[in-house]
Amino acid sequence: MSKWSQNWFAGIAAILIAAVALAGCSSPSGSPAASTATPAKSINLNGAGATFPAPLYTKWFDEYNKLTGVKVNYQPIGSGGGISQITEGTVDFGATDGIMTEAEMTKAESKNGPIMHIPMTSGSVAVIYNLSGIGSGQLKLTGDVLADIYMKKITKWNNPEIASLNPDLKLPDAAIAVVFRSDGSGTTYIFTNYLSKVSQGFKASIGNAKAVKWPGDIGGQGNAGVAGQVQQIPNSIGYVELAYAEQNKLAWAQLKNAAGNFIEPSLEATTKAAEGVSLPDDMKVMLTDSSNPEAYPIAGFTWILVYANQRDKDKGEALAKMLWWAIHDGQHYTSALSYGSLASTAVTKAENAILSMKYEGQTLITR
Amino acid sequence: MDKCKPNTSHIAVGSDTASAVRARVGDKIFSRLTLFFSVLMVAILIALLVALGIDAWPAIQKFGLSFISSIEWDPVNEVFGALPAIYGTLLTSLIGLLIAVPISLGSAVFLSELAPDWMRRPCSFVIEMLAAIPSVIIGLWGLYVMVPFIRNPIETWLGSNLGFLPLFQGPPFGVGFLSAGIILAIMVIPIITAVSREVIAAVPLTQREAMLALGATRWEMITRSVLPYCRSGLVGGVILGLGRALGETMAVTMVIGNSYALSPSLFSPGATIASKVASEFNEASGDLYIGSLIELALVLFAITLLVNIIARLLVWRTVSVRGTGE
Repeated sequence: MSKWSQNWFAGIAAILIAAVALAGCSSPSGSPAASTATPAKSINLNGAGATFPAPLYTKWFDEYNKLTGVKVNYQPIGSGGGISQITEGTVDFGATDGIMTEAEMTKAESKNGPIMHIPMTSGSVAVIYNLSGIGSGQLKLTGDVLADIYMKKITKWNNPEIASLNPDLKLPDAAIAVVFRSDGSGTTYIFTNYLSKVSQGFKASIGNAKAVKWPGDIGGQGNAGVAGQVQQIPNSIGYVELAYAEQNKLAWAQLKNAAGNFIEPSLEATTKAAEGVSLPDDMKVMLTDSSNPEAYPIAGFTWILVYANQRDKDKGEALAKMLWWAIHDGQHYTSALSYGSLASTAVTKAENAILSMKYEGQTLITR
Repeated sequence: MDKCKPNTSHIAVGSDTASAVRARVGDKIFSRLTLFFSVLMVAILIALLVALGIDAWPAIQKFGLSFISSIEWDPVNEVFGALPAIYGTLLTSLIGLLIAVPISLGSAVFLSELAPDWMRRPCSFVIEMLAAIPSVIIGLWGLYVMVPFIRNPIETWLGSNLGFLPLFQGPPFGVGFLSAGIILAIMVIPIITAVSREVIAAVPLTQREAMLALGATRWEMITRSVLPYCRSGLVGGVILGLGRALGETMAVTMVIGNSYALSPSLFSPGATIASKVASEFNEASGDLYIGSLIELALVLFAITLLVNIIARLLVWRTVSVRGTGE
């Protein structure tokens, strides 16, 4: 009995591990090229990537299908997956919360040609806490102090640096339990990007990435994991997506922005962030530490990744039209789903990027 | 097993020859098919190793043996080491087994030797049902029900009364090695119990009767005759449980706190190999980062293999020493 079940167990385990390994290596997700057999009229677009904008994208693609009949399949497999899928050419578009690195861009270019980042919506990261007697929006923090907390330099709530920002609050003489995201995520990317901008120490010792070497106490799995830990552990601090914090009514902190104003996270303050940052034409820019006086400082775009040179004329045209719709009409759906709409400056840049998409040197759509 | 096959064909001969031929063809197909399946399993295992090795190669090349001994895990600067994850994996499995083995053996002995008939079936059924609960459910229960209870009163009590031991120092977060170990115990108890119960039940009645006839008490019969007789099977059950504990991912990830720490304190949040891979694989990018995560998986593979080999040797030794085969 024991021998038999041991082998059986090992077999199952091997299959599972093999499945995971295969999925991780190079499996084409979804069914690319499924549309080749059908007439050109019905077009399927396949995309994969970031989980953060997935609820919005699902809504968009559903609405867009009703309007035009174009079917868009989106697999929320994570930004890293989105980047590798578009690099390998297994999808028509990718999606990411973080900017592709130079190395990733070079690799993608050598395989299937240059890739463009087109911003779709923006999101922000709320700093949440669990302090008895201190409600949402009452705690004030600066980027510096936040960085020191996450570097474990400030370890107690009644530290003079926190106390001097919050003269009206009774802060406990208790250790700060620091909660971070343990899984790689765009949320961590935006958060560490902000802290790296405002603190040289943070930049040098921890840095900016989707997963970093946190010295801090507890890692939570996903937004729910972080929020769960913060809600359970007294005197803790954490960070989650604004949408998640809003839906779950978590107590969040006001942050001092670059103009010196304390701002609570909100969709409007997220959109404002794009108006205080100079946007380059390639849109590979983070919206953190914006100089707009009304901006919330921990904000970022989420992008769809497309080939600058499309490989299929019909698909390329359908994709360009769909993206055009998304950055215009699609923006009406953002606030209901707790996403920040694109600022008008960002829309203009995104328009230019979409208009520059080509198939064999010819533009696909015109204004 | 082998003796069964000729038997069935003899029965077929009795009716008519055509069906005998058909049965022989069937036998052939059956044996080819089973051969194919077993070769397939071995092939999958080898393919798996090769695939892991290829993808892990950038990390193996870069870090060499220091991968095993380094405590760094820094995706920003691309420096990776496995020691805290290996430590976490072994420590949580050890805690899990320390809790699970006595409970499982105790309940297995009770169910097969002492329990009244009306209790036996329902009780074993319920214990085996435990094994069927998906690990994500156990993890959620662990995070929202068990962890708060472990934080207070268990960890606060341990900290204030046994805080002089390095094992019980640091802030009581609830999540950490201790919680992960307890969750693992809950998950392996049904496995060890089920296997042990079967193994104990398989001990010949004569063994027990001989012992009782010599005037042994029930306790003496169980500890001196029944358990030693089936020791190899019991070790097998424990190893099966250990195998599950080493590789368990979801439930552990939810309660271990996912900090990459090498701390002697059971209160400290930590990570296991499986939880680290599961947490970071989705969003990892760059050959070295992905390679390091895959090398972690290889390390887990090696640990599991090693544990199995040790277990086989243990079983083989006890069997040959006692001269009682299975």
